[in-house]
Amino acid sequence: MSVLVNKDSKVIVQGFTGSEGTFHAGQMIEYGTNVVGGVTPGKGGSSHLDRPVFNTVADAVNTTGADVSIIFVPPAFAADAIMEAANAGIKVIVCITEGIPVNDMVKAKEYLKGSGARLIGPNCPGVITAGEAKVGIMPGFVFHKGKIGIVSKSGTLTYEAADQVAKAGLGITTAIGIGGDPIIGTTTKEAVELLMNDPETEGIVMIGEIGGNLEAIAARWIKENGTKPVVGFIAGETAPAGRTMGHAGAIVGGHDDTAEAKKRIMRECGIHVVDSPAEIGKKMAEVMGVIA
Amino acid sequence: MIYSLYIYSAKFQKMNLHEYQGKSILNSFGVATQRGVVVDKVEDAVAAAKKLTEETGTGWYVVKAQIHAGGRGKGTVEETGSHGVVLAKGIDHIEEKVKGILGGHLTTAQTNGKGKLVGKVLIAEDVYYPGETETSEFYMSVLLDRELGRNVIVYSTEGGMDIETVAENTPDLIYKEVIDPRVGLQGFQARKIAFNLGLSGDAFKNMVKFIPCLYNAFEGCDASMFEINPVLKTSDNKIIAVDAKVTLDGNALFRHKDYAAMRDVTEEDPTEVEAGEAGLNFVKLDGNVGCMVNGAGLAMATMDIIKLSGGNPANFLDVGGTADAERVEKAFGIILKDPNVKAILINIFGGIVRCDRVAQGVVDAYKNMGSIPVPIIVRLQGTNAVEAKKLIDESGLNVHSAVLLQEAADKVKAVLA
Repeated sequence: MSVLVNKDSKVIVQGFTGSEGTFHAGQMIEYGTNVVGGVTPGKGGSSHLDRPVFNTVADAVNTTGADVSIIFVPPAFAADAIMEAANAGIKVIVCITEGIPVNDMVKAKEYLKGSGARLIGPNCPGVITAGEAKVGIMPGFVFHKGKIGIVSKSGTLTYEAADQVAKAGLGITTAIGIGGDPIIGTTTKEAVELLMNDPETEGIVMIGEIGGNLEAIAARWIKENGTKPVVGFIAGETAPAGRTMGHAGAIVGGHDDTAEAKKRIMRECGIHVVDSPAEIGKKMAEVMGVIA
Repeated sequence: MIYSLYIYSAKFQKMNLHEYQGKSILNSFGVATQRGVVVDKVEDAVAAAKKLTEETGTGWYVVKAQIHAGGRGKGTVEETGSHGVVLAKGIDHIEEKVKGILGGHLTTAQTNGKGKLVGKVLIAEDVYYPGETETSEFYMSVLLDRELGRNVIVYSTEGGMDIETVAENTPDLIYKEVIDPRVGLQGFQARKIAFNLGLSGDAFKNMVKFIPCLYNAFEGCDASMFEINPVLKTSDNKIIAVDAKVTLDGNALFRHKDYAAMRDVTEEDPTEVEAGEAGLNFVKLDGNVGCMVNGAGLAMATMDIIKLSGGNPANFLDVGGTADAERVEKAFGIILKDPNVKAILINIFGGIVRCDRVAQGVVDAYKNMGSIPVPIIVRLQGTNAVEAKKLIDESGLNVHSAVLLQEAADKVKAVLA
């Protein structure tokens, strides 16, 4: 078992022949991900990284049976690429692209409803199931196989958490980078729910940041439905109100979306919250009963 | 729910406009606004006012400071004691009123205690003239509801005052209309809003015209937020936007070159502008420990760990995916402009980026700059972290290396002690 992607996933790369697409597709193949081809409009029929290139996602799906797509196309065309993937029947769409106009994402998110496709991101590091498939831009070697799932809005902070979990003698099942934009396909709660239902996952690290109420919703869901221990961290305790901190969604806009408020809600819901990002792994080992 | 005002960020995710610029965009989509002429020299004020009278027939004028901050009407110009929005009861008073504002520094509840230089004033028509009915003021904003993933129109009968106060005291007087992105704003929604605002007759008809124009403008210009406070029903039942706070989605400016040209960098922190040009995502803060990190989430987490170590972050700085000597040097330069910085923490989690390359970048940047007056703590983890630590330790520079995040925190604590 695993979540979202595994060794049987057939992955295509949208924006395959661009510099980002080429580099990361190469890294994914090296990791062992089953990359079956890619899409670059106008380059259909050619070959890239020893894989076929298609003009459309529909062509790629029809020929290869692909069920997962990762998107590296520029922001101006990324929402369109998401909708194309959903239209072609892709089940898991991972959008790495940062800087997509919000109005485009409002439309794309609406388009996805009822399509049966799940979107991860945009503006995210992707998804990795340790030892099976890397559909993202994360450094694979950090994610040792184990029994902890990670849900995070941030890229490097996910790597940090995975590294600490590994050093604490645990390891990772699947790490899901949900993305830092105001509109994302899969919420914190949905990603946590996936991991709660995964028999291989025994504990969950949930990493959030200031802005929005995704962590509060997830925390309340965990209080009602949680069956596994959850360790939480919220970045941005020291961020000033009203300023966007890197991620477009990372902005304190009211009273309930500060780091302090989120951590309070998470604690009330039984999540093991750490104030220091250096203590994620230690806390996980502690609640799992492992001596770090 | 309280929607607070978004401020433009270093990475150009949101772009604030001046009132006069916002109104010009609204006008281009058919939204009726209070009319006005913008001037940047006192000498031009009287001619501008005369021209406005020719166009509108107004006899009185409202002089409004153009700065990127709310609360102008209650704000004070340091040099003259004038408020930021004043009424001139006739052409003879225009010059005096403009002089009281233009070129002065305006402090409002939103300027963080520092006055903002007023480079332009808007001379606007008086729209509160007496007539057949009483005037009424409403509040209206358009923005994204993140939870729904849809745009909403938020409106209230309580216009002309601080909406957060209204939300606190009388939340039942704030309404929200959700727009379905598949079909856009519908007629029944505009009618519902107009009825909820208590309008009838010509005022109702004009509001039902006003709302779709406003929503079309929001989508058409890729705005992040419109806040119109107040929307006025005039004594002769017109519906007009008297103020306009317009924030655009910086990520959509590639398809709006004309709006991109409206950016006023004098309203932004000069260091943040410089950082932005260097491709660094930087936000200036008030603390004593500078930081340089790859990735926004880790950067925020690093700020938090500085605080837990007894310091305060002096900035947010995401160097992005490439941390070569040139970028590191630029980042050092920007951080060190702040005399309050007592130490710098570099925190890089190398994935695709190799730690030894970053370490070399730090060493080279340090040597290029001659000397750096504060201790530096470099925490490099991930790809080639061991080689990176060796490189730093053997450089002979005033740089402390760390591998674990906790070690870095302890070293920050030690250098601050």
